[in-house]
Amino acid sequence: MPGITDVPAAGEPGLSTTAERKIVTATKGEAPGKDWVIVARGLTREYDMGGEIVRALRGVDIAIRRNEYVAIMGPSGSGKSTLMNLIGCLDTPTAGEYWLNGMLVSDMNDDELARIRNREIGFVFQTFNLLPRASALHNVELPLVYGGVPAAERRKRAEEALASVGLSDRKLHRPNELSGGQRQRVAIARALVNRPSILLADEPTGNLDSTTSAEIMNVFEQLAESGQTVIMVTHEADIAAHAKRVVVLRDGMVESDDRREKFAARTGV
Amino acid sequence: MRLLDAIRLAFQTLRVQKLKSFFTLAGVTIGVMFLIAVVSIVEGMGSYMENDFVAKLIGTNTFQLRRFPSISDASESEWREWMRRPRITFDDAKEVAAALPPAALWSVESSDNIAIESRYARPRELEASAVDGDYFRIRNMEVAQGRLISPQELALGSRVVVIGQEIATRFFPRLNPIGRTLKVGGTGYEVIGVAAKQGSIFGISLDRFVIASANSPLQRLVNPHGLIDGMKVKLPTTEAMFDARETVRQVMRTRHRLRASQPDNFVMETSESALEFWKKIEGNLVIAGVILPAIALIVGALVIMNIMLVAVSERTREIGIRKAIGAKYRDILAQFLVEATTLSIIGAAIGVALGIILSQTIAALSPLPASVAPWSIVTGILVGAGVGVVAGVYPASRAARLDPIVALRAE
Ligand SMILES: Nc1ncnc2c1ncn2[C@@H]1O[C@H](COP(=O)(O)OP(=O)(O)OP(=O)(O)O)[C@@H](O)[C@H]1O
Ligand SMILES: [Mg+2]
Repeated sequence: MPGITDVPAAGEPGLSTTAERKIVTATKGEAPGKDWVIVARGLTREYDMGGEIVRALRGVDIAIRRNEYVAIMGPSGSGKSTLMNLIGCLDTPTAGEYWLNGMLVSDMNDDELARIRNREIGFVFQTFNLLPRASALHNVELPLVYGGVPAAERRKRAEEALASVGLSDRKLHRPNELSGGQRQRVAIARALVNRPSILLADEPTGNLDSTTSAEIMNVFEQLAESGQTVIMVTHEADIAAHAKRVVVLRDGMVESDDRREKFAARTGV
Repeated sequence: MRLLDAIRLAFQTLRVQKLKSFFTLAGVTIGVMFLIAVVSIVEGMGSYMENDFVAKLIGTNTFQLRRFPSISDASESEWREWMRRPRITFDDAKEVAAALPPAALWSVESSDNIAIESRYARPRELEASAVDGDYFRIRNMEVAQGRLISPQELALGSRVVVIGQEIATRFFPRLNPIGRTLKVGGTGYEVIGVAAKQGSIFGISLDRFVIASANSPLQRLVNPHGLIDGMKVKLPTTEAMFDARETVRQVMRTRHRLRASQPDNFVMETSESALEFWKKIEGNLVIAGVILPAIALIVGALVIMNIMLVAVSERTREIGIRKAIGAKYRDILAQFLVEATTLSIIGAAIGVALGIILSQTIAALSPLPASVAPWSIVTGILVGAGVGVVAGVYPASRAARLDPIVALRAE
């Protein structure tokens, strides 16, 4: 008999298992257990545009376990990036609560958020967001600089991270001396160098051609297999199909949250 | 993030933006350069005044009795009061000399510009002094050639002169002046000695003098009958000098019939009292020397602030990236503060170097002496650092306050 967490929440839109439903609908303020990297309850983000309120997220419930590989999909303007910013602790919700590794992030101040970003989150952006004037090695070292890691160890770990994405021979190159795929690998190395609990990617292949995209997806696949929690925003179904679980947003709410197989069966990808 | 990392980052940015950094530095560099140069020159003049000028003019443990101060910046009314004072006379000098302790040396002296000529050069107005007493011993004067005027010759008013090096070369070119005749105010004098080289102060030669006895005909040319410019008294110790000065004061007050309530109508200058005048001027010079560079530094600070604001907006995305990967408020603040401060310290260091070069150049090309004060170098660097911090605070805090999401979206 499979564990309770594996029982699918049949026919329900939204959360993929009953365990997840249970954890997000639990009493507000109740800390989730150790398995859960991310628990969001009624996550809301509104923007006040000079009197007019834009509701980017309208009560998103989501729970993600350690080692999961999740894709977030949805049409343009559905709130994917907004959700990523909240999960990545770049932003705080207007309402609702967000637990990351058992810590209530939604109540934190800016410096605490910065610390969490440094320790727990690895970002990979569509536009790479590398420092243009710094070498690949220095870019990868940067999170360790802000983490207060001593210089010698910093260098060692950055070199290891670059090696893990196959760029040992490019460490002194600047971003403009690298191809798009190589830049994204540097960004991945930078995201991983602090051994974060989640790797967050917002359209990581959005600026890459299909061959390079496949390469980068391979890197993600391997990372996920080695136990790295990965959350990835994409609007391409074939990219999303690499993930084990697909969350679809619409109008700032979760439209569906399925295992990949079920998502594939439903959408025909 | 540690300070070392912040400084390394600052240097990296400076290397990349060389030209912009250069202009950023200019204001601070100029300010510090002038600060160093002005302070050096004022300091140089000060130590010169203290060590050379006044010492040469008056001498140690010596005071000079005069009608009014020899160097001053007197007001119009002071000046008028001085001009009403009685002049110092030979009779005063005689009585003063009699009241002095046996260890004291004294001299009387009167000087004026007198026409001087010889068979070998055209006449020219130059300073001639009529002296008596221990004049040569008080001045510590030695001869390069010949001998000094003896006490007997002084007393008798013999027609002999001791001349300075410049007079010797001017009036006796390529000749040995000893034994030759020098005409002073139309009267012939035998040159018996050429004084050792005295050097110059502020570019004014000290070797341009003619000395004869106060009992010689020269006296009548430099002062009306019975009058002298002043009297010098030298004692073996400072204490004895001050005691003697009190004695002389009483003698002179009695001779001038001053009541107890009346102030002295003569002065007795020591090298220190003559320096008071310099101290006043020095204070003003230092203030001017600080205000002018201060203006340059304020301009420098504004330039740095402006450049840093531009840097912040140009590097908004970089700031967003840094914040996304964990830079805290104070990390970004420190980054830009250290950058501004590093910039202006480099500017200040260049300014110190240029200031030293400038003051040495001025010293070499003009009679103004310059001595670079160590404290002005330290002050220059600290001022540079201060300018950087002040100019950097606002741009840095703007950078540090940026919202990471907004910053990441910047182009
Ligand atoms: N800073 C903001 N101020 C005002 N409205 C915002 C802001 N950021 C996002 N929005 C609005 O919130 C909604 C969701 O935006 P979001 O960027 O999350 O969409 P998305 O799903 O990432 O879209 P895309 O696929 O185009 O990137 C949009 O309607 C957007 O206009
Ligand atoms: Mg988006």
